Amino acid sequence: MFYFVTQSSFKMEEKDAYAELSSIRQLMERSAKFISLSGLSGVLAGIYALAGAFLAYTIVYGNSRSLDYRDNYVNDADVLPQLFLIAVVVLVLSLGTGIYLTIRQAKKKGERFWNPVSKRLVTNMAIPLITGGLLLLIFIIRGQFDFVASACLIFYGLSLIAASQFTFTDVKWLGCGEIVLGLLAAAFPGYGLIFWVFGFGLLHILYGTIMHFKYNQ
Amino acid sequence: MKNALDQFDKAFENRLRLQIMSVLVANESYDFNALKDLLQATDGNLASHLKALEKEAYITVNKTFIGRKPNTQYFASETGRNAFKKHLQALENLIKQQKS
Repeated sequence: MFYFVTQSSFKMEEKDAYAELSSIRQLMERSAKFISLSGLSGVLAGIYALAGAFLAYTIVYGNSRSLDYRDNYVNDADVLPQLFLIAVVVLVLSLGTGIYLTIRQAKKKGERFWNPVSKRLVTNMAIPLITGGLLLLIFIIRGQFDFVASACLIFYGLSLIAASQFTFTDVKWLGCGEIVLGLLAAAFPGYGLIFWVFGFGLLHILYGTIMHFKYNQ
Repeated sequence: MKNALDQFDKAFENRLRLQIMSVLVANESYDFNALKDLLQATDGNLASHLKALEKEAYITVNKTFIGRKPNTQYFASETGRNAFKKHLQALENLIKQQKS
């Protein structure tokens, strides 16, 4: 009888140990990673970027046929503010949808939107992003446009890699992609818009779609 | 089997305490309210177990104020991290022993 009792508690212990270990692992993961990032917001950000790039293209190159001279150049006094405005609108729209969809996702998953992990994610992302933003402003003010597209992509990529520690590791690959495109953009000046379309448009749509099907469903 | 059980840390016998420790080991720091949300514990329960861990010197506490609201940050100490590792090792040993 005594033997039987110890035997059964022995068995319980083993089951408990398994359950305990896996629940600890889960909790450590869940407490250190913010998993409510929305894949859909990536797709939408990509679409905004494509629309913005298209608008920018029509402003700079106009509707002229390819053999004509361009209508405008980037550094024309009236073109620059327009391009700047487009970039800002794209940025604000992307951030807005991103934040909105993430809050919604967090609610669905029962995760707090503003928790220690998302705080860390945002601060880690903000440092390279703000550095890059200031550098871009300096470039623009000094009238040097060669590396604007390249710096955009590189600093955005760096900020994604910094943020990826606190969320899905897939974000790191998106960041690496952006950095590679940014370096290529620096190597081929004058094709900035094309790399911009690839980096902010297509890569975002691809990444967002993968994330959506991988995690959101 | 006896050896494995001997290695179990008495401080972690309570489930909530072990959960608190898991969170603090995985993160640099965590504040009281975030712990409460994550572990879905009540104020009193969480506070008493945090106190117990503090007494063991497994965690350190940093109390500050944000405006008028108290903001208490918790960190895992070196002792706490080691104890946590040992406890996990004991759990793993237990499973291994069962298999062999």
